[in-house]
Amino acid sequence: MATVTHKQSLWAKHAFFEKNSIWLVFGILIVIAIGGLVEIVPLFYLKSTIEKVSGVRPWTPLELAGRNIYVREGCYNCHSQMVRPLRDEVERYGHYSLAAESMYDRPFQWGSKRTGPDLARVGGKYSDEWQRQHLANPRSVVPGSIMPGYPFLAETPLDADHIAEDLKVNALLGVPYSEEMIADAQADLRTQATQDADATALQARYPGAQARDFDGNRTTITEADALIAYLQALGTMVDFKLYEDKANVR
Amino acid sequence: MQTELSLGQPDPAAKGPAGGPQKSMTYGEGGLAFLFAMLALGALVVASGAESQAYAFHAYLSALASIVCVFAILNRYVDRPAARPALEIDGKPNYNFGPVKFATIAAMVWGIAGFLVGVIIAFQLAFPVLNLDLPWTAFGRLRPLHTSAVIFAFGGNVLIATSFYVVQRTCRARLVGDLAPWFVVLGYNFFIVIAGTGYLLGITQGKEYAEPEWYADLWLTIVWVTYFCVFIGTIWRRKEPHIYVANWFYLAFIVTIAVLHLGNNATVPVSVFSPKSYIVWSGVQDAMVQWWYGHNAVGFFLTAGFLAIMYYFIPKRADRPVYSYRLSIIHFWALIFLYIWAGPHHLHYTALPDWAQTLGMTFSIMLWMPSWGGMINGLMTLSGAWDKLRTDPVLRLMVVSVAFYGMSTFEGPLMSVKSVNSLSHYTDWTIGHVHSGALGWVAYISFGAIYCLVPWLWNKRELYSLKLVNWHFWISTIGIVFYISAMWVAGILQGLMWRAYTSLGFLEYSFIETVEAMHPFYVIRALGGVLFLVGALLMAFNIYMTIREPEAASAATPSLVPAE
Repeated sequence: MATVTHKQSLWAKHAFFEKNSIWLVFGILIVIAIGGLVEIVPLFYLKSTIEKVSGVRPWTPLELAGRNIYVREGCYNCHSQMVRPLRDEVERYGHYSLAAESMYDRPFQWGSKRTGPDLARVGGKYSDEWQRQHLANPRSVVPGSIMPGYPFLAETPLDADHIAEDLKVNALLGVPYSEEMIADAQADLRTQATQDADATALQARYPGAQARDFDGNRTTITEADALIAYLQALGTMVDFKLYEDKANVR
Repeated sequence: MQTELSLGQPDPAAKGPAGGPQKSMTYGEGGLAFLFAMLALGALVVASGAESQAYAFHAYLSALASIVCVFAILNRYVDRPAARPALEIDGKPNYNFGPVKFATIAAMVWGIAGFLVGVIIAFQLAFPVLNLDLPWTAFGRLRPLHTSAVIFAFGGNVLIATSFYVVQRTCRARLVGDLAPWFVVLGYNFFIVIAGTGYLLGITQGKEYAEPEWYADLWLTIVWVTYFCVFIGTIWRRKEPHIYVANWFYLAFIVTIAVLHLGNNATVPVSVFSPKSYIVWSGVQDAMVQWWYGHNAVGFFLTAGFLAIMYYFIPKRADRPVYSYRLSIIHFWALIFLYIWAGPHHLHYTALPDWAQTLGMTFSIMLWMPSWGGMINGLMTLSGAWDKLRTDPVLRLMVVSVAFYGMSTFEGPLMSVKSVNSLSHYTDWTIGHVHSGALGWVAYISFGAIYCLVPWLWNKRELYSLKLVNWHFWISTIGIVFYISAMWVAGILQGLMWRAYTSLGFLEYSFIETVEAMHPFYVIRALGGVLFLVGALLMAFNIYMTIREPEAASAATPSLVPAE
């Protein structure tokens, strides 16, 4: 400990920070900036961060409205949307999640807890009728479930008067919604939730979008319509029969 | 608006005592009253065009609060003496403890509310019928209410109260600003009200621990900048050449939380008339920003801020100096440097690139060292005073809190190891880990600080009953043990069940079987929560009786009298 014997040891120099509050604040700012910058900034420019994969499209207006209900009800508190590349998870839920699959998600909903199962690939796993009953009374289809019932969703008409504005803000932030998609947002939303409607224009804009009456109530477009449309689309956009995982080794 | 008229021409009756200075309104009073009047008008305009009822409710609530503030400021002006409060009286600092008292009581009230909601949602997981099938009572909306109530409402008020107390005492200076400290305390609590009612009404950003929407975030930013200004301004007034170590930690907490808050809440609102906003980050980048925020809400809100409490209240209560000055320097810089890297351990095996996961894991393991450095510094402060643990239950609470800190900062790095995390992640082990830190460390050090503060602030000799503190300690400790051991078993059991295979190579359990297996542990956990809540109720009673106690501390008696 040679330095300690010297009168101006390194320790004494710390008095500089203890006597100058501004430098203490600057010191704190610099020290806390490093880790965040190193971990966050490269994610925006490293091309390997998000795989190149075909099929991922922005949410349709109805799915986006449904997603906002998913967020509003706090579903992320109990359900993850992130299948990890572990044997049991891939067997239980399907192909592990790709970064590309949530690249238009604002906010991301990967979740942190699985009080209920992962939902990243729930789309198409159950019928609309099952989803409807399960949302209204989870224990009617899964006796041991501890999920809250959401009977009010099927009774609440969907408030989608401003859905075009939602698309516009997403477009502003970089989601590829065209001007046409924004202009037709209202109509697209109605078309998608209507049984036997002509959905060719909708599906041209949003490839693979499923259009039908989701909630079993053909007279009104309800919140259940939107939420089920979103759930049925989750994890279905990428065709994993065509996906080359070796092409994206990172 | 009669009161408004008196703005220009002060009421002659409000003149100072004969020969005193002419009373006039300060720029702060006039300006703030004007700003609140404008805010009220703005809120009413927003309310008239609000796109949802819930948002209109928030706008009206803001308008009402703003109008109340205008009247409160004018009323205070009419009642106050002409002269501004002296900075010193007879050479002693004239401390401003009003806002500290308010935040202390608010912390107690929010704490009980937050623990109660925690107990309710714990029972909901065991008995789902308690969700009542209503939108505002479902687990998904109540869980953010619980986390925000305990972290931001309880913890936040404890931090504001103690920081305003400690910075004045250690700088021997009166808080800077006249209305500013009150603005911080009341403005912060208004933010809590907006956030909490918003969750129940379905207004949320959907980002964990950062659920409040854009307008609440903007308001918090204003409050937080004022908080920083009051804090650093008071440091500038200090009579001591050195800034005390507790204040370094408070500064790191205030500055870093500001940075994290701005980064993770960078949103674009759909319109001023809509509560909804969209975050500028998306997908994988949003995940990284979220957990950079999320883990450092733990690191800087729940750790750095409460370490500041440790560095002031434990030496004070034990009547011993901090164990090692050098250790506190290393502890401080190493902790704040390493913590900020740890976020990606929340994203192990996800679609976040591996390099980021590896960095997160590496730094999380390194973080063990400064954390234990801090624990050692806190515990060893008791050298020569260990006997006080037998006689002083308040000190015991604080020492046990530091022990819990050591335990959960060992468990954390362990769980950040990828292979451990592949089992523990998404299970209740995480919930148990969080609560050993939140109940054992954060809440206990807060309880200790409040037990110390109340007699000091209200000028009493001691607490109403140290015996009750002892009861509080034991009941809560049993509650915590129930809680965390139930969650360990539940989490590890569920993690193992998810990955269990039969001899034929099939998954052994369906998901719902793993949910059903959780039931007994959820019941035990809820009972543990009840015990913790009961302890807090005992504390509230004790605090209430202490404040009500007629006997004031005389100047001659020392503030600390060891109990028998």
